[in-house]
Amino acid sequence: MTDRPENDHWLVRPTTIRLLWWVFCIVLALTVIAQFGFSVKGYFGVDGWIGFGAVFGFFACLVMVLVAKGLGLILKRGERYYDDGDSDV
Amino acid sequence: MSEILSPALILFAAALLIGPARGHWRTAILLIAPLVTLWAVWQVPDGVIGTLSFLEYQIEPLEGSPLRRLFATIFALMAFGGGFYAFRHARWYELATAYAYAAGAIGVSFAGDFITLFVYWELMALFSTVVVWCGGTPAARSAGIRYAIMHLLGGVILMVGIVGVALQTGSVDIQPMLATDFSTWMVLIGILFNAAAPPISSWLADAYPESSPTGSVFISAFTTKAAVFALILIFPGEPVLIGVGLYMVMYGIIYALLENDVRRILAYSIVNQVGFMVCAVGIGTELALNGAAAHAFAHIIYKALLIMSAGVVIIRTGENKCTNLGGLFRTMPLTAVCGIVGALAISGFPLTSGFTTKTMISQAAATEGLVAVYFLLAAASAGVFLHAGIKFPWFVFFQRDSGLRPRDAPWNMAAAMVFFATLCILIGVFPEALYRFLPYPVTYQAYVAGKVIFYLQLLLFSGLAFFLLLPLMRRTRTISLDTDWLWRVVLLRIANAVSTVLLALGTKFATLASGLLGSLRSLSERYFGQLASEESGRRGVFARDWPIGVTALWIAVLLTAYVFIYYI
Repeated sequence: MTDRPENDHWLVRPTTIRLLWWVFCIVLALTVIAQFGFSVKGYFGVDGWIGFGAVFGFFACLVMVLVAKGLGLILKRGERYYDDGDSDV
Repeated sequence: MSEILSPALILFAAALLIGPARGHWRTAILLIAPLVTLWAVWQVPDGVIGTLSFLEYQIEPLEGSPLRRLFATIFALMAFGGGFYAFRHARWYELATAYAYAAGAIGVSFAGDFITLFVYWELMALFSTVVVWCGGTPAARSAGIRYAIMHLLGGVILMVGIVGVALQTGSVDIQPMLATDFSTWMVLIGILFNAAAPPISSWLADAYPESSPTGSVFISAFTTKAAVFALILIFPGEPVLIGVGLYMVMYGIIYALLENDVRRILAYSIVNQVGFMVCAVGIGTELALNGAAAHAFAHIIYKALLIMSAGVVIIRTGENKCTNLGGLFRTMPLTAVCGIVGALAISGFPLTSGFTTKTMISQAAATEGLVAVYFLLAAASAGVFLHAGIKFPWFVFFQRDSGLRPRDAPWNMAAAMVFFATLCILIGVFPEALYRFLPYPVTYQAYVAGKVIFYLQLLLFSGLAFFLLLPLMRRTRTISLDTDWLWRVVLLRIANAVSTVLLALGTKFATLASGLLGSLRSLSERYFGQLASEESGRRGVFARDWPIGVTALWIAVLLTAYVFIYYI
């Protein structure tokens, strides 16, 4: 552990992370732009649309995280739940 | 005689020898036996090799086919990789039981009839339970008992089905069937128990993470994939399996998202991945069955790789919770890279094994026009990247700096991980190498530009979703309730209540009985007297000296009564 960010591993310095975000966003954009060059075969129509995979992937994850979060409210218990009997969180 | 000897027996023999052998001999047995088994697997020709008679049934202990050899190959490879990973750290009895467990899986792969299948099936249940117990903690002990109960119950259901099928058809030969009547349903349910299908999926995530870091590498590979093999063999095209598979896929994702224990995240993702295979078996076309078999093959490798990297982290840090880990990439670069390769492979990233096998299943769903199945599988592919592909490496190796600076993997573990990571990439880059060995001829092309772009979009935007939603995914020190809550809590409470009621009833009964006994005793003492041994001045009523007049009076009364009754 170091106090000054420049002494920490290069991968976790804020400048690197900012750079990684930029690279990531460019790659994301490229995957969508690439669809203009190579057509994605849509088996059911909609899945051939430009950027369908991107939108579908993003929203599928959003829904799954929200569903998990919601179920977590009901299902989550303390780590020692089964050891102690029925102590709640 | 030799034609009916299964290659499984080689691993069984090795398992027996591991205990008595010492030092380098043990290492030699551990490393050579799986390779000899692998050689033996490829000596098995197609068709039934030999038969035996047992209880009027024809037993076929050894039957070869491309599908059988494929599964036996990956089981043998897994035993080799697992043995290499574990041989310097695991206790000898853990290694011996793990090898016997692998032998059971290979035996199942070559079982030509239900009786042989069942015997190896139960051996797997037995030895895998011992592997769980080798975790050595009280939690492992109780999880092992729950695991054993579940598998023995599944075994009984399978046996009921097998007996029914044998009585109906007069043969125990393994034939493709559909779940149409009671017996076939029992066979299906018995197999699905081992596949961790709903509603009993919880046994997997309950038991696997309690085994030792080395034991969990073995245990993650065999049981569920042997079940997938049995489903491909016995229930191809069974429509119920599509629904079951889709449920497992979603269940795995949701529970993995909620989980904090590193190996439990991976355990849930086994259910998720097996769901893909079960769904493919349900679709049942040649492409789908090829996809299920190929995906099982690839899955065993990348899942073992993931669990190996998690195992190294646990061995080096003693921590298995996301909340205590993070930032380990600094001192464990090799483990991190291997973990990431496994994570990319499980997510089906292009150029990894998952992409070339999982997309076959999606393609099969699309070809059959199953719209909902296709889109749910696509959503699930995104979800896999979310819960295993990024979540596992992120929380273990990156996230924040936990301050832990453990050493990287020991050389044998590192070598095993590099071996499996290489396989993940090789199957991803040269899928034809695997496609050649699939049960049906393959015309499928994995690398079509449009398909690669679609999956890159799907996965990378899932990655974006992960990092944007990170605040929602903060790890908490919790577990998540599952259906096993019904028997671990509700059933336990009912049992406790019943036993309390019975105890109360018992106490009541005991008081009543002792009161009754007491009054009987005092009555008998009154009339017959106390026991001779006891010193007592009082004598019983009948034992006293009665005057002769009283006796005569009683005789007169009795005679009168007799005469009176006779007259009536």
